[in-house]
Amino acid sequence: MAQNLICIVCPRGCHLTIDENKNVSGNSCPRGVNYAINEITCPKRILTSTVKLVSKSLARLPVITSEEIDKNIIFDVMKELNKVEVKAPIKMHEIIIKNVLNTGVNIISTREIIE
Amino acid sequence: MNKYNVVIIGGGSAGLSAAVKCYDLGVKNILVIEKEDFLGGILNQCIHNGFGLHEFKEQLSGPEYAYRFIEMIKKTDVEVKLNTMVTNVTKDKHVFYTNESEGFQEIEAQTIIFAMGCYEKNAGAIQLAGDRPVGIYTAGTAQKYLNAEGYLVGKKVFILGSGDIGLIMARRMTLEGAKVLGVAEIMPYSNGLNRNIVQCLNDFDIPLYLSHTVTNVIGKEKLEKIELSQVDDNLLPIKGTEKYFDVDVLLLSVGLIPITDLLKNLDIKINARTKGPVVNEHNETSIPGIFVAGNGLHVHDLVDYVSNEARLSAQGVYKFLNGNLHYNNALIVTKNENGIGYIVPQVVNYLNLDDKFVLKFRVTKPFKNVDIVVKADNQIIKKIFKLNLIPSEMENIEITKDLININTKEISVEVKER
Repeated sequence: MAQNLICIVCPRGCHLTIDENKNVSGNSCPRGVNYAINEITCPKRILTSTVKLVSKSLARLPVITSEEIDKNIIFDVMKELNKVEVKAPIKMHEIIIKNVLNTGVNIISTREIIE
Repeated sequence: MNKYNVVIIGGGSAGLSAAVKCYDLGVKNILVIEKEDFLGGILNQCIHNGFGLHEFKEQLSGPEYAYRFIEMIKKTDVEVKLNTMVTNVTKDKHVFYTNESEGFQEIEAQTIIFAMGCYEKNAGAIQLAGDRPVGIYTAGTAQKYLNAEGYLVGKKVFILGSGDIGLIMARRMTLEGAKVLGVAEIMPYSNGLNRNIVQCLNDFDIPLYLSHTVTNVIGKEKLEKIELSQVDDNLLPIKGTEKYFDVDVLLLSVGLIPITDLLKNLDIKINARTKGPVVNEHNETSIPGIFVAGNGLHVHDLVDYVSNEARLSAQGVYKFLNGNLHYNNALIVTKNENGIGYIVPQVVNYLNLDDKFVLKFRVTKPFKNVDIVVKADNQIIKKIFKLNLIPSEMENIEITKDLININTKEISVEVKER
């Protein structure tokens, strides 16, 4: 049976339809096809959050997964993030957790902290 | 007294983009004044990704997007004053500011760009019924507490309004261990992006109550309970539909208003719909040499549009400084008609146009399978088919100079059913 999805790859939010043979329609760009197929087989998400930061100016360091992770492990990754405490200075895109939960995905910083 | 060719008030996405563009155009003596300790403005607390698809052709988080512009600024000689508050601006373009190291200062500007962003509507602004206990926050305030300072404002949350910040906070608070019991939207359609309904609500089984609103807030010192009611076609609560939720936090995501406080002394014309200043094709206000940019002009849904539009203000500054902006002749007024809530700019001077300009507008309600019709003095000059139009998405239409002429008096935009 065909399924209707809303593409979340970009803010455009295309209304997609995917049928049982994995034919995708309604997409405005090729990324919509990958999204729809992933979404019905193994849904993935980018996770953004913060970790504890010791610095003069800020209490939290924003971080992101270097790639998408399986949707069903999001809360497990959140638990790992809560164990971390980092100290300034931090470079942009510095690795904060390498290969989190053996996913092959790193947690990296999304802000530069000078002191 | 120090003199600057341009003083940009606000170092967020609009101010940074305007500053970089002014520099690139060759404007000297540029000053950016920022009240916080960091450049980047609200982007710094928007740690989620999805920014930059137009501007950089990739998805960035808010702080990453800001970083790109901060790095560009570092390569210029643009002067930046952080932790500095502008207290007053006069009609002859004197800017008064105060900070810790310089005390109280007065400077003279040839041009000014106001890039001060927007406010969130609060409980008073929407006349929220009931008590005023601790636990009612605007979504952006709760976002700042959580993402910058590390405090979760509560554990059992209800969100009023389906604006994007509210949806983003529904996910963010869920990830941090709070239970979000629902999001209510008074309109029969969501005001947030579709992708945020999917990845912020559906992913976590958070219910969205369309055509519902909070009709009572209960709690003596701390918030205890909210009452939710369904509304009718006139947006009035329907008796007998009340539901109660035990919560310790009510987040409000019910709209944004451009910050125009500093403009009030200047008698600058404000548009009743956008709540921002009335501007011409270069985002220049009714006072020559005073420009606006970003959410201080009208509220945008994508930061990419803010950055792009701010460059227009910078071009205005450049032209003004070179004596190339015209005011009196060849004025075209833009007019929003059927289905269009507002249009920016409100005035276009034909003599100031290079080769084209862009009309930015929002529709008043959702439409499907319609044409957007643009007329110049009642003659159709452009017609664009749209499958879907929703008020939460800003629309752009490019008008090339050849479609109008020096005698054009009015450009109107309307939605026409097929």
